[in-house]
Amino acid sequence: MKQHLLTKINAMKQRLLTMENIHIQGKSDEQWVDIIKGVDLYLNRGEVLGLIGESGAGKSTLGLAAMGFCRDGCVISEGSVHFDGKDLLALSREDIRQLRGNRIAYVAQSAAASFNPAHKLIDQFCEAPHLHNVMGRKESEAYARKLYKRINLPSPETFGLRYPHEVSGGQLQRAMTAMALSCRPDLIIFDEPTTALDVTTQIEVLAAIKDIVKEFNTAAIYISHDLAVVAQMADRIQVLLKGEEVEQAPTKLMLKAPKKAYTKSLWAVREHARIEQPAPKKTDTPVISIRQVTAGYTSQQDVLKNVSFDIHKKRTIAVVGESGSGKSTAARVVTGLLPPRQGSIVFDGAELPADYQKRSRDQLRQIQMIYQMADTALNPKLRIRDLIARPASMYLGLSGRALDERVRALLAMIELEPDQYIDRLPSELSGGQKQRIGIARAIAAEPSFIICDEVTSALDQLVAEEILKLLDRLQSELALSYMFITHDLATVRAIADRVVVMKDGAVVEQDGKSKLFKPPHHPYTELLLSSVPEMDAEWLDRLLIARTKKRAKKRGRKAKP
Amino acid sequence: MLYLQTFLGFCITIIASIIAAWLFRVLLVRLVGHSTAKFIRTAPLTASFGMLVICMYILCAIFAPLIAPYGEAEILGGGFEPWSSTHLLGTDNLGRDVFTRLIYGARNTVGIAFLITALAFFVGTLLGLYAALKGGIIDQITSRLVDVLMAIPSLIFSLLMLTIFGTSVLSLVIVIAAIDSTRVFRIARAVALTIVHLDYIEAAKLRGERTRYLITREILPNALAPLAAEFGLRFCFVFLMISALSFLGLGLQPPTADWGSMVRDNADLISFGDITPLIPAGAIALLTIAVNFVVDWFLHKASGLKD
Repeated sequence: MKQHLLTKINAMKQRLLTMENIHIQGKSDEQWVDIIKGVDLYLNRGEVLGLIGESGAGKSTLGLAAMGFCRDGCVISEGSVHFDGKDLLALSREDIRQLRGNRIAYVAQSAAASFNPAHKLIDQFCEAPHLHNVMGRKESEAYARKLYKRINLPSPETFGLRYPHEVSGGQLQRAMTAMALSCRPDLIIFDEPTTALDVTTQIEVLAAIKDIVKEFNTAAIYISHDLAVVAQMADRIQVLLKGEEVEQAPTKLMLKAPKKAYTKSLWAVREHARIEQPAPKKTDTPVISIRQVTAGYTSQQDVLKNVSFDIHKKRTIAVVGESGSGKSTAARVVTGLLPPRQGSIVFDGAELPADYQKRSRDQLRQIQMIYQMADTALNPKLRIRDLIARPASMYLGLSGRALDERVRALLAMIELEPDQYIDRLPSELSGGQKQRIGIARAIAAEPSFIICDEVTSALDQLVAEEILKLLDRLQSELALSYMFITHDLATVRAIADRVVVMKDGAVVEQDGKSKLFKPPHHPYTELLLSSVPEMDAEWLDRLLIARTKKRAKKRGRKAKP
Repeated sequence: MLYLQTFLGFCITIIASIIAAWLFRVLLVRLVGHSTAKFIRTAPLTASFGMLVICMYILCAIFAPLIAPYGEAEILGGGFEPWSSTHLLGTDNLGRDVFTRLIYGARNTVGIAFLITALAFFVGTLLGLYAALKGGIIDQITSRLVDVLMAIPSLIFSLLMLTIFGTSVLSLVIVIAAIDSTRVFRIARAVALTIVHLDYIEAAKLRGERTRYLITREILPNALAPLAAEFGLRFCFVFLMISALSFLGLGLQPPTADWGSMVRDNADLISFGDITPLIPAGAIALLTIAVNFVVDWFLHKASGLKD
């Protein structure tokens, strides 16, 4: 009996955060809608909890509620939040302000939007310790430098003297993590901290976060839609769906044996893989041929350096690289938005005018584009009918009844019920549906070549999968060729026939998919491939150890002669 | 005692306008179709009060000959007669009925102000969107030209222009519209600049759309909210500008009734404690406030702010 009580008391001491039966409501169209429908969440000291779900599942809302905070237009209607024995929902504004930033910290998805661009990094770092009377200015500056060094930021002594726009995105995200630690909090909430980053940068940030959380024994809630990432970070994973908990379990158990069907479907998400088409015959004319293109936005700097590759009929070429590698610029050259300085674009054996304004209507029709952000790619004031009908009426001269039928046929082709969607505005569609409209607009022109610019990177995995399947089906039905720009290698695996790897504006390697994914690799391809998180809780640790060893070896080799 | 009376009167006016505004909103919701009714129901009382006042002004302007007891320029008796049952608000310096002229003033001043604002918006928006879309040398030329025009104080510039071209209604309309279109140009261009860089404009350009389609179908619908809000404000400014010019003698010419010149004509009465000259000024003030109430609501809606 006594033993039992003791363990209970010990457990109480360990427990940092308890949220019980949380209900959160949001106001939309003058009506209160449940966003979170009775979720329990607990967290022990030093534990990392992974929150997983699609967009709209309520992950961020729940994460913010752990700080006793709600976004504008939302309210915690039921439930309790206890942090270290205090009832956060009952505390006064002043008391809760003392906790936030001091004992509970928050790291947002976009560090660029979360830093004040007008102040130096170190000034923003020192603000919270000063405000909460944790440390003096000198002390916190020293602490900042120590943390900067700890998370491998370049020249940690002077790093803090820079402004947010003077450092890269990955560095800024790490600086934000350091800032969250400035008061040595008990709990940090990470809200998709690496989603906006490249795979290679993501690793650095993940390593920094993991390291720091372990060293300071900080508890954390790690919110993400990327399972592989969460698997690296979390001790325990909780899966959310539409504001309700699906299941929770320790990470290893969850990865090995998910119980619920929904979780299983999340795990199995990358099963779609296109069978690689045989390489085209040498004699075939490629649909699009990019020949020795050099291009840049200013006259001094070349963003593309002597880039050449071909895209054949019914084939998909994936162009892979980090942000800034020139893959989107290559697309701009092909479309004619950016006339190249040297080189040319050849369509079906005939050279295209470099400037899109000089291309004929038919040449414009043949090359269509699907954009990354469907939100900005569709005019928000036009109805779906008009959005899709415009290319059909412009290029193919359809009108009246025939046009209406064509629009309906296109909607059916992208698997949206025509009667239900034809008169909607883009704002009345979900992200995946918007992207489908973008696809319908592209195929309405009956092109032979489509550029897909990161079309799935803004979507949830399940939705992205559906979009990829759709594109694949349309390709075989309509004999399309795709140029698929992406930084996600899983997408490449799913859709490409041939892969072009780019770095700093030049083609590093290009080959058929199966060959490219097999060693030996070009060192840069190797780096890219090894940086893709795997569904294995120890992957990150193993990778980091391997990389340190490699670096040590290199240094050793250099030191010898 | 007098203070108390004034205070009570003030309170009753406020309460009456709140009730009137509420009733007007209920009436509007009943009258219009389902989707519009849903939109109007979100209007705060201030906005429905504004709409009520604007509607009343419009009715006054349209049915002026029916409402007004006398002719616009009819001389009916001695100058400066006090308020009476025959002359509701007395007579002006030439013996014309002030109430009649107030009603005709709505027609002239409001009508011309509307015409000027519409013209200014047509020219300013079109040029602004065109400049933003084309960029480069076209943008530079038009923008610098507008800068030059805006550097001259507008009242002095319009006085100068009106002295040169004469004070007909036509030249009044063209001069003020030209000056105001520069302000509209700046706003339209600024709004459009944030739009022309969006992907759907790029997609339309790549589709091979002509400039006219780009401006009317792709850019204008998305720039409409801030422009409509600006329309309300600009309307007030134009209104005040006409009144100011009329007060100075270069606006609408006698015997046409307009509120600015009515203030000037009867200004002498102020020294005798008579508030008649303030009534046209009040009419201007009321319309300005009403328009701004509606504009505020519209801005709030367009910006997507939540309360």
